[in-house]
Amino acid sequence: MNHALIALWAPLAPSPLLWIVLTLGAYALARLLQRLGREAAFINPVLVAIVVMGVILIATRTPYKDYLEGAQFINFLLGPTTVALAVPLARNFHQVRTTLRGVSLALIGGSIASIVGGVGLVWILGGSRDVALSMAPKGVTTPIAMAVSQQIGGIPALTAAFAIIAGIIAAIVGRRLLSRLNIEDGREHGFAAGVAGSGVAAAQVTSLGSLAAAFAALGIALNGVLTALIAPIIIRLWQ
Amino acid sequence: MVVALLVLLGSELLGELIRGLLHLPVPGPVVGMVLLACFLIIKDRNKAASDEEERIPTALDTVSGSLIANMGLMFVPAGVGVISEAHLLQSQWLPIVGGLVGSTVLSLAVTAIIMHYESNLREKQRLAVSREEKLP
Repeated sequence: MNHALIALWAPLAPSPLLWIVLTLGAYALARLLQRLGREAAFINPVLVAIVVMGVILIATRTPYKDYLEGAQFINFLLGPTTVALAVPLARNFHQVRTTLRGVSLALIGGSIASIVGGVGLVWILGGSRDVALSMAPKGVTTPIAMAVSQQIGGIPALTAAFAIIAGIIAAIVGRRLLSRLNIEDGREHGFAAGVAGSGVAAAQVTSLGSLAAAFAALGIALNGVLTALIAPIIIRLWQ
Repeated sequence: MVVALLVLLGSELLGELIRGLLHLPVPGPVVGMVLLACFLIIKDRNKAASDEEERIPTALDTVSGSLIANMGLMFVPAGVGVISEAHLLQSQWLPIVGGLVGSTVLSLAVTAIIMHYESNLREKQRLAVSREEKLP
């Protein structure tokens, strides 16, 4: 039985097709689970799909590098999708313009809270320096977070994981936390999700409507740019 | 759909080129997003303001919409990379979990609270101004 499985697996494993199909399958399954769980926030499809794929890789003893060789085609779509966020942003630009001052102040506060809070908490709880530095840019979209991490001396792969997990946390607690603070405005939900949790959290708030999606896109873009500029400065002050 | 893909990938390529030329610390796709947003906003402004719904080309709208709706999928390959950092996660789970949860909750709350109070403040000022205007 085992031999038959290996005979089937061996020629397929080096092909990108296998890993693309498995990743799509894991994500489709995760979405199905979320629907069955009545859209419960803790059944986050990104989290479930990552766990499923992680288990498959460990069980088949596939090195991550081999997996990425196939899955990079899915990873590639992140670029055009980031660009695509320009569309809801442009469509709701008049809404953005009227809240410009609030957006700017909230952005600066949220961005500094994310960087200083992350580095500070890791340091207080006894984490190592490279973990603290990898934590600094975790609030922004994965490609920016990895680039900033590299620049300030963190571990980019670790930062990628932190950015995604932070997004999952923001997606899970965001709506409940803000409702408890008596904040119900879709623009505020969207912007906070974009600043604190980037794309993963933005994916969750798109269900609140196109205005929330536009503010999430704005939060991702602005915090990406701001963090790339201020994270190296804050880290230098900390040294 | 071809034109929509061309616009999205073209903006990304242009973003990468500009990033490389100016040595920006921001990745190409984000530069591309800013470029495309500026282009669409300027293009909309030249159009009549009345047909709000017709503002953005529908093909670009559809393709962008379906990409954004499935954005979560695209984080899976990078996220699976966490298994190669398992030793760090194991030895430093407390600072990692504490840092991630604490700073994400803090950032969410700070962002939303500042934006919320600023908009409330502005609303009050607007009401005060309109009341003053009515007085004389």
